[in-house]
Amino acid sequence: MKQHSLEARHIVAGYDKKIILDDVSVTIPDGKITVIIGSNASGKSTLLKTFARLLLVQKGGIYLDDQEIGTIPTKELAKTLGLLPQTPIAPEGISVSDLVARGRFPYQKFMGGMSDEDLSAVANALDMMGIADLADRSIDELSGGQRQRVWIAMALAQDTDILFLDEPTTYLDITYQIDILELLKELNEKHHTTIVMVLHDINLSARYADHMIAVKHGEIVATGSPSEIVTAENIKHVFGLDCLIIEDPVSKTPMIVPKGNYFTK
Amino acid sequence: MIENTKQTVRIGFKRRKRRAQLATIGLVVLALFCMILMLVLGNTNYSLATVFDVLLGQKIQGASFAIGTIRLPRMLAGAFTGFALGLAGSVFQKMLRNTLASPDIVGVSAGSSMAAVFCILILGMSGFMVSFVACLVGLLCALLIYALANIGRFSTSRFVLIGIGMQSAIQAVISYMMVRANQYEVTGAMRWLSGSLNGIQMKSIPLLVGVVVVFTIVILLCERNLNILELGEDLATVLGVRINFYRILLIVSSVCLIAFATSVAGPIAFVSFLAGPIAVRLVGPGRSYALAAGMVGLILVLAADLLGQFAFSTRFPVGVITGVVGAPYLLLLLFGKRGKKGTL
Repeated sequence: MKQHSLEARHIVAGYDKKIILDDVSVTIPDGKITVIIGSNASGKSTLLKTFARLLLVQKGGIYLDDQEIGTIPTKELAKTLGLLPQTPIAPEGISVSDLVARGRFPYQKFMGGMSDEDLSAVANALDMMGIADLADRSIDELSGGQRQRVWIAMALAQDTDILFLDEPTTYLDITYQIDILELLKELNEKHHTTIVMVLHDINLSARYADHMIAVKHGEIVATGSPSEIVTAENIKHVFGLDCLIIEDPVSKTPMIVPKGNYFTK
Repeated sequence: MIENTKQTVRIGFKRRKRRAQLATIGLVVLALFCMILMLVLGNTNYSLATVFDVLLGQKIQGASFAIGTIRLPRMLAGAFTGFALGLAGSVFQKMLRNTLASPDIVGVSAGSSMAAVFCILILGMSGFMVSFVACLVGLLCALLIYALANIGRFSTSRFVLIGIGMQSAIQAVISYMMVRANQYEVTGAMRWLSGSLNGIQMKSIPLLVGVVVVFTIVILLCERNLNILELGEDLATVLGVRINFYRILLIVSSVCLIAFATSVAGPIAFVSFLAGPIAVRLVGPGRSYALAAGMVGLILVLAADLLGQFAFSTRFPVGVITGVVGAPYLLLLLFGKRGKKGTL
């Protein structure tokens, strides 16, 4: 794994004329798991998409190793920056290994088929996600959790040092949520892949993140370790939610317990 | 463990590749069979030997005229227009990830057709200029539908709905022009309603062949990028596809194929729409299937023309037969697989 620096410098970004991020600067720590949190429509997805170049900045820039990403040839950039969108759509009936192999696109020559290196990368990705036995199955037959593993395997086959994931656990039940986050943690520890993701669940975020970014109204209100970010004041400020903070008995990370009105009146 | 997985993956790839190759070869054989049948059958049926003698340039009383002047241009026109329509249709469907987003459903083919009718019936033009104008109008229609569907945020369903509206409006314009045209021209103009291979002359073939060959090569060279575009805009960007470049290149190439095919044989109904899905069934899901879709298009047109010529007591133009085959499939898609890919 190569070391990288990745930062947003004074970016202004949004959709059409609606500006969501206005003059935002933030650095993504190398080799760590960073989780972006914030309420709905806070701009957290926009921030992720801008980093992953799905949204073009109107001002400022995203800098990878001090080079503005717009100036890096797109196929070269694809070897360093990967992303799993929130709701990717697979071609109907495609087999698992065919789909994972599409992650090898940036490495393939103009003509010519799969190289031995491509095959290894696909096999590796399948093994890492524990889905080697599904290789020849059609993706349509798989459960939601299995399918998410396949998509992550595709991103792994792309073999990037930095991986973005937009709410990778949103449509999964709790067992699969833990499952996916554990796999990502393992990936980060084994390969030092820099992982940046948007998550909704603050407790899970605190558990698996090394670094957190809290976003509100398109501004970054706090960055730091989970114990720095997940405090009663921050949660009140970012989400407008009153809560108690206790220690997660398993991971020793902060855990929020919402107060609500019903039980405290 | 990794070696085992690698072996599994390799075997799987090989197996699916072989299936796709076999299917493509099968299609080529079937296509050749249809092409030969087009030359053999007619008012007089000639033997294979006679057909080959004529093709090799021997002068044979009667056969030289029937085969060389009537059947050969008809066969070539059917083969190349069918291939063009099938290929172009599959590109649209794949890029927009919707079976209904085929150029003959969304009014791109109809736009080309309208331009051709206008040039031929109203302006009295012929040859290359007709195809050229048909191309331009086809591109304009595609652009207009895209622009309308792009208001707010682009959605394929809106693209399809706007396209179907466009298609109906254009059909009305074509009908109007045919009503206003001279009586004796209308029979010839019937072609523009559903497509026909009647009376096609050898002189219109070379240009068609040239255009089909050039744009087929362009599309096949882009096919790997098209396979990634099929995963959606976000993943295609992240995987390093120059989205706008390939999208425009693919759309322009497909529309040119459609327009040239249409200006020769009219908008042969449903061929673009049917070829892609049939080709996918044959080569297997998740494979490149542009070439197979072209072959299916070719076979559809020639088989339909053979049926139209010889299966009934009256002769039907090719588009009537493809229409009869295609319409039920369209209904099936609209009603049958609700919520799945291919529906709105």
